[in-house]
Amino acid sequence: MRYAMALDITKCVGCADCVVACQTENNVPIGYSRDWIVEKVSGEYPELKLHFESQRCNHCDTHPCVRVCPTGASHVIEGGIVKVKHNDCIGCGACIEACPYEARYFHPDGYVDKCTFCDHRVADGLDPACVSVCPTHCMFFGDLDDPESPVSKVLRENPENFVLAPESGTKPQVYYFKERLHF
Amino acid sequence: MGEKLIVSGRNIEGLYPHVDVWGFGIPLYLFIGGLAAGILIFAAFFYLKGKANEMPVTVKISTIIPPIIIVLGLLFLIGDLHHKMYFWRLMTTFEVKSPMSWGAWILVIVLILSILWPFTFLKEMREFFVQNNRKRWVKWVSWLENLVEKIGFIKKIVDYSVKKRKYIAILLIIFGIALGIYTGILLSAFNARPLWNNSVLGLLFLTSGVSTGAAAIMWLSNNHEEKQLFSKIDLGLIGIELLLIFLMFLGMNWGSDAQQKAAEMFLGGEFTAIFWGIFVMLGLITPGFLEALELKGYKVPIAVPAFLILFGGLLFRVIMVVAGQISTFTF
Repeated sequence: MRYAMALDITKCVGCADCVVACQTENNVPIGYSRDWIVEKVSGEYPELKLHFESQRCNHCDTHPCVRVCPTGASHVIEGGIVKVKHNDCIGCGACIEACPYEARYFHPDGYVDKCTFCDHRVADGLDPACVSVCPTHCMFFGDLDDPESPVSKVLRENPENFVLAPESGTKPQVYYFKERLHF
Repeated sequence: MGEKLIVSGRNIEGLYPHVDVWGFGIPLYLFIGGLAAGILIFAAFFYLKGKANEMPVTVKISTIIPPIIIVLGLLFLIGDLHHKMYFWRLMTTFEVKSPMSWGAWILVIVLILSILWPFTFLKEMREFFVQNNRKRWVKWVSWLENLVEKIGFIKKIVDYSVKKRKYIAILLIIFGIALGIYTGILLSAFNARPLWNNSVLGLLFLTSGVSTGAAAIMWLSNNHEEKQLFSKIDLGLIGIELLLIFLMFLGMNWGSDAQQKAAEMFLGGEFTAIFWGIFVMLGLITPGFLEALELKGYKVPIAVPAFLILFGGLLFRVIMVVAGQISTFTF
């Protein structure tokens, strides 16, 4: 089982519903967010291209944040979802330093927090909150090992997809399609 | 042209505009680790060479410093934690792939060894302080000697340690090197921070730490030959450090795009002046030059190169931690 997410950047309008839904679903403290919207523009006027990306923890395959954790608080559960055991976390910040996507943050209660792919919803067969509220239906989630899951189907239909900072060696599991802008 | 804007609001403290979760306590602790390691390695090494009586400052007196600064460093470290109540979780497990876990255990072992070592020399230290007319130190060491005599189980531990000094010395060298080198390996383990993610940093931190140890011993010593010896040692270490720094920046400049961008901060960017002008010039080349003059026979107040090296060691770690958090991948 390998959970992953895919986003159609041609349909994302940057409404940030995914951000608010996540904050509501996961009781994220005011001023913090587990996912966020980035606007990317490239090219020279008048040949400009613009798209939005909804970014979050990529639940990477090599999860360097889990490797550096000195207490084992940062760990991986079934399906490759990376989570933090609050009461094992000492708040040293190593995992925050280890994440190239800046997905982790210190919760005001002291432990490190981040996107969990809404594993409590996934366990009930639901999609993560962000995926389920997207008004343009540009987000897909599922098990990559199941060829009929929404994410497997959409990645099969869009072989030209990209991930964020693949050169960092993390093997992230959030895919964006259709094409990457060049910076 | 490429432009990236965060449009949903993510100015979370410590993440925006770049990762900034390690403050001053971390580089201070890295400095303390290196300094303690350096002092302990020299003490154990020269003890094993049989120089304990010829070089009392190196083998005995200077080893009063490591346990004190290690405890101080630990206090800073725990103070920096965001979930302080759970700091003990570090000692309930050993995560084999986490250099931070290695460090937690190395530090405990070194702390215990670094307390035992000076305790096995209390008598010799008191005699040294009497000879050198340090009345206050005589009083403090005598008080410790009395404490050891009075408390049975402490006396047993100290007496046993005196007998096994050779083994403690060997352990001190092994764990001293581990302490000095792991701080660099710790930073290089973060593949998300292109400035740190190279294989030279471990050796560079070890060399720098041993160099600060040599500087401290050089400063404390009251014996001309000892001072000369450590001057020579330090000069060699500074040479190695300069070579490693050159290798590090060469590798970054001829490395991946993220590494090149990280190196640019030091090769024309915002850290150029402070790194080359202050750390390399004042913290490495100047003390090296002064030490060379000293060896040629000129009179140089030893405090100057010693202080510059210690200051440089701390500054180097501050710069690396601050700049490393700014270095990132573009995504």
